Formats: sequence, structure tokens, C-alpha cells
Amino acid sequence: MGRFILRRLVQAIPTLFGVLVLTFLLTRLSPADPVQLMLGGQYDITVEDRERLRESLGLNDPLPFQFVTWLWHVIQLDFGNSFYYHRPVIQMIGERIPNSLQISISALLITLAVGVPLGVIAALRRGGPVDHAIRIFSVSGHAIPTFWFGLIFVLVLGVQLRWFPIGSMNVVGSDCSLCWDRIWHLIGPVAVISIGGIANLPRILRTEVLEVISQDYVRTARSKGLKEKVVISGHVLRNALIPVVTLFGGLLTIFVGGSLVIEQVFNWPGLGRLTFEAAINKDYPVVQAGVVFSSLLLILSYILRDISYAIVDPRIKVR
Amino acid sequence: MATDATTVAPVAIPPAEIRRATAGLWSDALWRLRRDPTTIGALIVLITMVALALGADVLADNVFHWSFSKQDILSSYEKPSLSEPAMWLGSDQLGRSQIVRLLYGARVSLFIGTFGAATSMIIGIILGVTAGYFRGWWDDLVVWLVTTLNSIPTLFLLLIVGLLFRLAPLPLAIFLGALGWLGIANLARGQTISLREREYVLAARTIGATPLRVMARHIFPNILPLMIILAMTDVGGLILTESALSYLGFGIQPPVPSWGNMLTGATQFLSKGPWLVYAPGVMIWITVLCLYLVGDGLRDALDPRLRGVGGSARK
Repeated sequence: MGRFILRRLVQAIPTLFGVLVLTFLLTRLSPADPVQLMLGGQYDITVEDRERLRESLGLNDPLPFQFVTWLWHVIQLDFGNSFYYHRPVIQMIGERIPNSLQISISALLITLAVGVPLGVIAALRRGGPVDHAIRIFSVSGHAIPTFWFGLIFVLVLGVQLRWFPIGSMNVVGSDCSLCWDRIWHLIGPVAVISIGGIANLPRILRTEVLEVISQDYVRTARSKGLKEKVVISGHVLRNALIPVVTLFGGLLTIFVGGSLVIEQVFNWPGLGRLTFEAAINKDYPVVQAGVVFSSLLLILSYILRDISYAIVDPRIKVR
Repeated sequence: MATDATTVAPVAIPPAEIRRATAGLWSDALWRLRRDPTTIGALIVLITMVALALGADVLADNVFHWSFSKQDILSSYEKPSLSEPAMWLGSDQLGRSQIVRLLYGARVSLFIGTFGAATSMIIGIILGVTAGYFRGWWDDLVVWLVTTLNSIPTLFLLLIVGLLFRLAPLPLAIFLGALGWLGIANLARGQTISLREREYVLAARTIGATPLRVMARHIFPNILPLMIILAMTDVGGLILTESALSYLGFGIQPPVPSWGNMLTGATQFLSKGPWLVYAPGVMIWITVLCLYLVGDGLRDALDPRLRGVGGSARK
């Protein structure tokens, strides 16, 4: 197992390198002048001063040289200072990541808690009205624009009915990271972002359950006289869930990628919102770091997916 | 990803009276499609949507008498009413007709979806098929590219691009397509790897067919049905991405209306004009839903054995 994890980590290096190259190139292709952006509204700066700043930032060096320098700093987790807030970027990112993870992890748990029973019910009641209802729910949940669903949530449950708070993480004045007030604020974004996963999971689980249920060992279990409940939870579900683990990668893509737009709708100060606001302020170092860290989160979750896949299905390690 | 799992469901053989002599792939598909009311319904909705989008100019001039950019600040936040055709769905914060803007939004969304998907198809099929056929370093390179692009959350990547350029609809469509070919390339590559071992490919090679000919004449036609199904869902996925990007203000720029950018200021007008929030979202939802349904229906029609593969079930 240790070797498998190690190999998987080593495999991630070229991917991460690709992400860094792409991020660097895209931001350096920018027509905007970083010196201009850094100085912002200050006009009393001479041309010589500008040139000196440009030279000291290494902007006159050849591009590959600039990349290596940048890479060297990034490896040490140094993304420079924000052009806008004049604070170390890594500090700003560090403050936001836990907030984003709070949403993604809750969303993952909710998706499992709702999606797994739905998938099993759909398979067991195959062809019945419940199965059809779940299918319709799946397809429509898959097609709904998440950000709009968030807006509707805010509009109906927040503005009109006043059941849920609209925006931010806590009531003004309170500042706790896990208390009733925080959970209250979490419900909206988590419910909205989970819808994609809840729509997806039952469809895939249904196919798997139907496949497993026709296996010989299930017939054996039944003919032994085991209760149907035991057969379903012990024999069917355990095997049907194996392929579902691969879905986690896709789910996390939805959660990490979707965080950008959902955090915007719910005014949630996470990584996505930080990156978005930085993009509006043309705060390049923060945008770079935001892209690198959101990709890092994805790469790590792919690795976690593969490891959990190897745990539940030992055959995978042979490959 | 779900696309890897090629679960093949057993095909139910229909009773003799509704069976018929096998014709070609496409006429067979058409025959199956005709007995699928959901897909036909979704197809009709889509065709209507395309017709309305294409006829937006005519409708705006002759029915609504209101252009998409015409403002009337005195009648801003007008509630939906039947008094005047242009106000059927109310007016927005600048007093522009919501229904006319929705029509033009359909044009933008469908345009971006179609052109983007076409771009992804071309890139994805070329890279996927060649990678699967030649293997070796080229395959490694393509796989590396796919893994890398898959590891960057699309919207984050698009933010950087939105920072650099303000794209017009056509470049934006091509750009979204150039990022969206990963799923298609993956599937094309997988299919090619298994098809290149078939006897008929070997036969073609022994009589001296060039790699290009083998790929174009023997592999491509075999993966085409699957690719068309994927393209349908891709159009839907691209419409969703474009709307989110435009909602954030980095996609289609006003005054050109898109379903996404019509919702940009939504949080500010939630209390003043809630009706402005419903319509654009419902339009996106219905369009994408119909595209997914048609994709699923086509999949079943083209090849009933593919049930559960590809289609909207992926990712």
C-alpha cells in the first residue's frame, strides 16, 4: 500500500508541473503591465523609478528564466504580495481554504447520505413510480444551472420567506467556525452545491446494484435464508459501492469548481470568492495562487480517490 | 470517471410483431427514435428554441416592437403584464424588455453551445484517435495534457482568460471548446485502443492501408455514433459553463444579452424584481435538460447496447 501511495504521489508531479506552466504562461501573456497594476493610482512616479521596479522584479529577464525564478518561489509557497491588499498572498489563501473545505466536505457527506439510499431504492423498485421519480429528479438535477439554483434559494428561502440567512458565514459580530450559527449559514451553499452530486450518484449506483443483485453470491445469500435487509446492506451494497468510489473525483470537481460561483452567490469568503474578487481587481498574484491551489485541491482529491479505490478493491493495485 | 465503466446491459428482444428487418444503422436508429416520446418531445422543444432564436430579429421588430438594447428608464422594474407584448415578462433595471432579451439570449447560448461542441469534437477526436492508434510518446503527451487540464477547475482557468481578454461570442465558443475536449478525447482514445486490435483493422493494414486511411475509414466511423451522443451532452455542458461565466461577468459582455449575464446583477434586484431571476434560469434549465434527454435518447436509438455508457451520466 505504501508503495502504491508513493507511486501515485510521484505521478502527480508532472501534472502539477503542467498546471504551474499553464498558470504562469496565461498570466504572463496578459497585455496588462504588472508594474502599472502594482503602482495602481500612484501617478507621481518617474519613468526611472518604474524601470528600476521592473528590473528588480525581474520582468526584463527572458521568459524561461522568469518561470524558473517564479517556480522556485512557488515551491517555497511564496506567491509574493497581493497588488491590492499588499499582504502575502499565501496568508490570504490560508485563511480562505478552510472555509471552502467546510462547504466541499459537508457537500460530499450530504451527497452520500442522500444519494446512496436513492440509488438503492431506485434499483430495488426498478420500473416502479419511485424509480421513475428518481430518474426524473436525476436528469433535471443534472441540467440545472447551479448558480441560478443558488439565486432561487436566496430569493425564495432567504429574501421572501426569511428562513435562511442571505450571505456570509456568521451573523454580524459572532465569529465561530463550527457552531449552530455557522451551520445555519452553511445549509444554503451546501444544499445547492450538492444537487449536482445527488443527481448523479443514484443513476450510477442504480446500475451497479442491478448488476450485483443478479450475481450468484447474492442468490446464495438469499437461499441461505438471510434477511433481505442483510443481503442488501452486507452483500449487494458493499460490492455496488466499489465503482461509485470513482465518482468521488467527479464530485470533487463539481465542488471545487462550483465553489467559485456558489461562494459568489452566497457571499461565502472561500477560495473561489477570493480568486474571483482578485480577478476583478486584476490582482494577478492572488489569481495565480487561487488557480494553483484549487488545482492542488483537485489533484489531492484524485489521489485520495485512487487510494480509497485501492482500499475497497485490492485488485486495483496489481495494475 | 463514469465513462470508463462499460457496463453493457442485456438487450431485450422485442416481440415478433414490432420487430422488423434490419436496415442501416441510421434508419434503424430513426425507427427506434420514433417510438420514444420523451426524446421526440425534447427534440421538439429544442427545435422550437432554435427557431425562436433564429427569428429573434423578426419577432422583436414585428411582435414586440422593442429592440434588445432599447431602454426606457421610466418603466424600469415593470411587473410582467399582458398590456404590451414587450412587457409580457416585465422589464429589467434599465427598462429593457425581458422577453426580447431572452430571445436574443437563446441565440447566444445555442450558438456558443454548438460551436463550442464542434470545436471540442474536432480537437478531441483528432487527439484521442491518434493517441490511441499510435500509442508511444504521442499517447503519453496527450494523456498528460488531458490529466493536467482535468486538474484545473474550468471556471478558475476561465477567470484567468477572462482577465486577459474580453471575448466576443465566436472566440469564446472556440475557446470553451478548446478546453472542453477532454471527455471526448478520453473516450475516443479508449475506443481506438480496443478497435485497433480488431481483425478488420489488421486486414486493412496487411493490404497496405496507411495509418491515416485506417483511422479515417475503419476507426472513425465506428466511434462516430458515440461521439455524436457525447457532443449533445457537451452542448448542454457548454451552455451551463457559459452561463456561469457570463453571470460572473467574465463571459459575454453587455449590451449583448446572454441568459447568464442577464442574472449578473441579480443579487441586487432580488427584492425589486424577483421575476427577472426566474426566466433566464428556467430557459437554461429547459434547454440543457432537453439536450441531455435527446443525447440519452439518441444513445439508446443508435445502439441499445450502450445504455449507461457516455451520455449525461458521465462525470
